[in-house]
Amino acid sequence: MITASEKSRMKTGAERYRAGVLKYAQMGYWQPDYEPSPTDVLAVFRITPQAGVDPEEAAAAVAGESSTATWTVVWTDRLTACERYRAKAYRVDPVPGSPGQYFAYIAYDLDLFEPGSIANLTASIIGNVFGFKPLKALRLEDMRLPAAYVKTFAGPPTGIVVERERLDKFGRPLLGATVKPKLGLSGKNYGRVVYEALKGGLDFTKDDENINSQNFMHWRDRFLNCVEAVNRAQAATGEIKGHYLNVTAATMEDMYERAEFAKELGSIVVMIDLVIGYTAIQSMSRWARRNDMLLHLHRAGHSTYTRQKTHGVSFRVICKWMRLAGVDHLHAGTVVGKLEGDPNSVQGFYNVLREGHNPVDLPRGIFFEQDWAGLNAVMPVASGGIHAGQMHQLLHYLGEDTVLQFGGGTIGHPMGIAAGATANRVALEAMVLARNEGRDIWVEGSQILAEAARHCAPLKAALDTWGEVTFNYASTDTPDFVPTPSVA
Amino acid sequence: MSVPSDAQAPEGREAPEALDLEGAFRASHVGEVLERLERELVGLAPVKSRIRDIASLLLIDKLRRAVGLSSGAPALHMSFTGNPGTGKTTVAMRMAEILHRLGYVRKGHLVAVTRDDLVGQYIGHTAPKTREVLKRAMGGVLFIDEAYYLYRPENERDYGQEAIEILLQVMENQRDDLVVILAGYKDRMETFFRSNPGLSSRIAHHIDFPDYTPGELFAIAQLMLVQMQYRLSPEAAGALREYIDKRRAQPHFANARSIRNALDRARLRQASRLFERRGGPAITRGDLETLEAADIRASRVFLEPFGGEGPS
Amino acid sequence: MRITQGTFSFLPDLSDAQIMKQIEYGLDNGWAIAIEYTDDPHPRNTYWEMFGIPMFDLRDAAGVMAEVSACRRTFPNHYIKVNAFDASRGRESVRLSFIVNRPGREPGFSLVRREGAGRTLHYTTRAYATDRPEGERY
Repeated sequence: MITASEKSRMKTGAERYRAGVLKYAQMGYWQPDYEPSPTDVLAVFRITPQAGVDPEEAAAAVAGESSTATWTVVWTDRLTACERYRAKAYRVDPVPGSPGQYFAYIAYDLDLFEPGSIANLTASIIGNVFGFKPLKALRLEDMRLPAAYVKTFAGPPTGIVVERERLDKFGRPLLGATVKPKLGLSGKNYGRVVYEALKGGLDFTKDDENINSQNFMHWRDRFLNCVEAVNRAQAATGEIKGHYLNVTAATMEDMYERAEFAKELGSIVVMIDLVIGYTAIQSMSRWARRNDMLLHLHRAGHSTYTRQKTHGVSFRVICKWMRLAGVDHLHAGTVVGKLEGDPNSVQGFYNVLREGHNPVDLPRGIFFEQDWAGLNAVMPVASGGIHAGQMHQLLHYLGEDTVLQFGGGTIGHPMGIAAGATANRVALEAMVLARNEGRDIWVEGSQILAEAARHCAPLKAALDTWGEVTFNYASTDTPDFVPTPSVA
Repeated sequence: MSVPSDAQAPEGREAPEALDLEGAFRASHVGEVLERLERELVGLAPVKSRIRDIASLLLIDKLRRAVGLSSGAPALHMSFTGNPGTGKTTVAMRMAEILHRLGYVRKGHLVAVTRDDLVGQYIGHTAPKTREVLKRAMGGVLFIDEAYYLYRPENERDYGQEAIEILLQVMENQRDDLVVILAGYKDRMETFFRSNPGLSSRIAHHIDFPDYTPGELFAIAQLMLVQMQYRLSPEAAGALREYIDKRRAQPHFANARSIRNALDRARLRQASRLFERRGGPAITRGDLETLEAADIRASRVFLEPFGGEGPS
Repeated sequence: MRITQGTFSFLPDLSDAQIMKQIEYGLDNGWAIAIEYTDDPHPRNTYWEMFGIPMFDLRDAAGVMAEVSACRRTFPNHYIKVNAFDASRGRESVRLSFIVNRPGREPGFSLVRREGAGRTLHYTTRAYATDRPEGERY
């Protein structure tokens, strides 16, 4: 019977490379004394080991399986600088309040990764290891991407600052809406919704994730009608407007063809879905950069792996990858709407997308300090079950650099689509005005909206229709941390 | 401003006219500024008492307006006259703070300028320059040092007149937005005001800053030395008193400013003196902080008692 | 029509007191305030004329308001906007921009379409006002 310390002692020299099976810890994947280098890629996983597997060995296994190891010792390791290529688990903490779960910190040498490739990064970090039998469940909670690595990515093609300059829209969140019903409208009817919403006061309208090229509406027909609507609305208001034309398709060739057509028509923005895959996203980012096009990313499919706390990948990691991959817009939650989103976690996502530097912020789920090395920022999009009556909460939680998308809240307005758009825009401008004047919008929000509704009948109707609608369910994905007692 | 604490209405009396003067005074935190003025500035008793009077007036005005008594918008522009180094700028800064705390200016900062900041070199240059300065001073106090240089009667086409006109307009029409303090030598300011009655009539408070007495100048020197972490040996103290007497009699004497310059030169001499001691007995902390009589007596003030352009 | 460029165009025209508060907000954030005017309100007219250079280092909104008034006196029938510029790293751009003056009558824009192959259209937005020379438009 070997002792626990013997089990996790790293073996060296001939002993280490004798043919056979060793514990991962013995192979050198558990190094509690390791001091991470500033150029290391760091990851923190939530691990749930099978009964009888001790947490350090489980952490070492994750490090091994996500870097150089295989199940047995191989002598060919000795043809490489394997000490360097080996990922090192260097810290394991129990998850507060969740017995049997641990946060495992792992450091990866920068040389393990191909520059500028999300596909390569993810093939390592989440490639094999999530099906590894000794673990019941595994979740990638957060990553630290060293500046040296960040610099190998071009990042968002436009970025928040240039997007605002291009649109000539400052000082307030942007407003959008997804055309509803998301399926079934003909191109002509679809464009009508776009025109009414933009003319009424929205900045953007949007295709939904599954609007591609179906029998009821061929993609070309949609593009032509939407661009006509955008230009009509622009002439009617004197403002720049846009419609996210979804170019998601079966092949890269199809996507390029659709994007080129959007460009030819003069659209300022195209859209893709997360389900097209990381490489396709990076390709489209490169295309958008070359063509001065805003690139909107819908996070279709993410909840299959981001929502459950014990297994999968946290959305904050997806945010980091997508900022590297280079998109201009990313749906990142609303806090108050119909979709999953604990306020702290969502603010964590927003900070990852928007800030130049993220300090460690455990309440918001940020485990590592992250320097974005001047990379452009991504505009977070809040979409799903929000309405004008929540404007003060949205501004309070999400701040100014965001797109607030009111789909149902625009199109379902009793006085029509344009009125719905106007209601949202008036509510937004009134709230920003009041905030800038120093009023406490959190406390006075409803009053500010009521005051604004006095000179805006559509807003009055919106507040009467949806004023009380809320989605209050417990969040499934909240950060687990224990607040440090403050010094008294 | 001395407000006896019993000025407050006795408790329980239902007197609608009983106003809480002490409360208003405390709420304004003006007392702290007045205390600071007392602490920072030696002497200047007449100036300090004028400032207290003005502060009282402004506080009472505020209370009057609160109960609906009209006092007319109080005129706030001032003139500070006196020789250089008599504390005009420092008092102006405290004045700005008092005005801010009593709600007469919105921000309470001081923008100090001279003719060069206001008057341009060619046609069309002055108005934007003056307006730029006025914009920066909005919400606070504009302090114009040696204001009489704005007016050059010997040159009919001097651009200073343009600056004066813009100033006048703002002093009259934007009294809520800024307070102007004009400063300079007493006699020259009087001439200036005589030739510019429009300006003069808009000045509500004239405050004259007297020269410091020798005793006050010595006290100022002590205060400066404490701030610089130096001290005088007993002999040096005697030398400094002698220095002050001699220097006051000489031309270009600038009160506190001359004292600061004298101390700066004494520090230089002390440093050279200590440096010369290299290789000799070790230098102590006491040596580093002490000015000796020799450091003061080496001044030219002692060598040339009756002449010269000024001290070196 | 009413051109809805700027942060507060959907609200009733701001009073001077409201404008002052927004300027104050900008100054409190350390932003420089600039005034721009134009009689060519095309949505892609990036460069409106500058009414003086941006005002740096101001403490109080009264100074800016005086410039707004001066600009309105000079160009009573132009569009005038107040911009707040944030020079901090990573932003270095406008943070707030709102219209404080507009012509009495806003004729708006026409949309010119040029037909191309495959049902494609190319669009040009033209302000009716810009048919006339600069200075005579509103």
